[in-house]
Amino acid sequence: MKTHCHGIRPNAKRRRLGIAQAAAAFFAIAGALASQGLEIVITEGWDSPTRIAVVPFGGPPLRDRPGPVAPVKVADVVSFDLMRSGQFDALSSERMLSQPTTTEEVFFRDWRILDMDYLVIGRAWQEPGAGISILYQLFDVNAERELKSSRWTVQPAQIRDVAHRISDEVYEQVTGIRGAFSTKILYVLVENPGSRAAVYRLVLADTDGERERTVFTTNEPILSPSWAPDAQRVAYVTFETGRSTIVVHDIESGERRRVAAYRGINGAPVFSPDGRRLAMSLSRDGNAEIYIKDLASEELQRVTRAPSAIDTEPNWGEDGNSIIFTSDRGGQPQIYRKDLSTSWVDRLTFQGSYNARARLLPGGQHLVYVHRREGVYHIAWQDLERDTMRILTKTDLDESPSLAPNGTMMIYATRDRGRGILAVVSTDGIVKYELPSASGDVREPAWSPFIDALATGSL
Amino acid sequence: MRHAFRTLFVAILAGALLAACKSQPEEPIVEAEPEPTPIVEPAPPPPPPPPRVDDQNNPVDPSTGRPLGRTFYFEFDQARLSERDLRVLAMHANYLRDFRNRSVVLEGHCDERGTREYNLALGERRAQAVQSYLTSAGVRASQIDTVSYGEERPEDPGHSENAWAKNRRAVMIYR
Repeated sequence: MKTHCHGIRPNAKRRRLGIAQAAAAFFAIAGALASQGLEIVITEGWDSPTRIAVVPFGGPPLRDRPGPVAPVKVADVVSFDLMRSGQFDALSSERMLSQPTTTEEVFFRDWRILDMDYLVIGRAWQEPGAGISILYQLFDVNAERELKSSRWTVQPAQIRDVAHRISDEVYEQVTGIRGAFSTKILYVLVENPGSRAAVYRLVLADTDGERERTVFTTNEPILSPSWAPDAQRVAYVTFETGRSTIVVHDIESGERRRVAAYRGINGAPVFSPDGRRLAMSLSRDGNAEIYIKDLASEELQRVTRAPSAIDTEPNWGEDGNSIIFTSDRGGQPQIYRKDLSTSWVDRLTFQGSYNARARLLPGGQHLVYVHRREGVYHIAWQDLERDTMRILTKTDLDESPSLAPNGTMMIYATRDRGRGILAVVSTDGIVKYELPSASGDVREPAWSPFIDALATGSL
Repeated sequence: MRHAFRTLFVAILAGALLAACKSQPEEPIVEAEPEPTPIVEPAPPPPPPPPRVDDQNNPVDPSTGRPLGRTFYFEFDQARLSERDLRVLAMHANYLRDFRNRSVVLEGHCDERGTREYNLALGERRAQAVQSYLTSAGVRASQIDTVSYGEERPEDPGHSENAWAKNRRAVMIYR
């Protein structure tokens, strides 16, 4: 795992210190998080992040498990989650004056000296039967009181899930926003890209890049993976038959169902908010138009009618009553919205000659999309009510924006020195980090919805 | 196999030409004047017709014998065929009209700029531009199939203007 930081704004003195600490914390974490796959490189964060100490969890050593999997260091996973949000600066364990694991061992003075705002302690122990119990407590250092504590009993393979749950709870307590560290990302990894030996893998991973797992492998391109709201099924486009085909794939059972293999292109599948319908772009009637397919009845409904125009990249409004999409009906690709009950279509983007693949933020008032400016492709953010627009990403060939379910972060695909990498930016544009792959090109990321239950299977 | 097909085809064509030559002297039956011993010159062997395909079974330019171009390039975000490409396509259309048993797959491709799904549709539009020229020139719709790969199968995996120009293309594949 590689971690380094750059791009710090010169006026951010405190942040510079923070970054140095961050680097130290990352190097400390590096051993625990070593991975074959995605590596995380933090590039930018808040000027004055919230300062938090996550003390290494205590408890008797866990019974050794067979196999090469190193025991998960819960505190490291939590620190790394919070650091990636850009809103937290996590103290490295070497700089801690004490390492309490129970309330009695906490001396708030130790943490005030270090200028900490919050403190997390915890412990894990083996239950007499099966399972491991993990307990954590979050303290407000200045108020000298406990804000939250939780306890889980899980299988060893779920320790990481618990760590991400702790991050979610801490994040929500401090920011008031539901945490999204327990979610997953899906992306396409291409080995030997651009050659005849190219292999395409649809990969599922935690949002910190850990626990990568290949869902599907093919020698033909895969594009546009997207999640069902149940976080259980995914839809994507494959060329395994030589032509574009839309498949719905159940991640746990592995069951695959071909839902669109019409004449022409079959692309851009997205699940409706109720998970029962799939919006897509089909050219079965001549040119690319938006359709909705009911997954139970298989009934197909045509949504757009723009002869000879390209209508593609649909995305649902939160109530399932409108579709936003890309269309070049005006001569160049722009974002439009169609109200499904009134059939009213309005154009949403007016700046620039190329705006495409929009995604609505939770709440439905903001959009992110691919925007071309002076020949360079960025991700832009737009406030639909105030009609203001802002560029979120500075690199070139930025595409496929996908939002975390709490709307705070967006993952997208870009290029770095000729390689396809994934990057994350906060939707306020302040925080950035990159997830390059150890090998091959990574592209087409899709951030999962919230996952309500702690996974009980052994992933 | 392909070679055998061509040989058979040449033989049929030669046979047809011979038949045409043979029927010539039979027609004028009006005159019955006994001419003194007209010296019938032996019919010259018919000139071999120019081959219509190369050894890969792809059509050739009848005037030069060189294979017809089968890749057509486009400007950025455009699906308009150049004048030069239309001349080449006219020769493909001639061939496909003469040989209704031949069919083609038209692949549409894009460069990597822009979104993948928009490019999937743009690639199809490029394949359809070739398709609509061919059908307007009399090729049957059943002889043509189109498939778009968007930006997924670049000819040149580079990231330069030069590579992009090579990747914005429609490719005609004879089956």
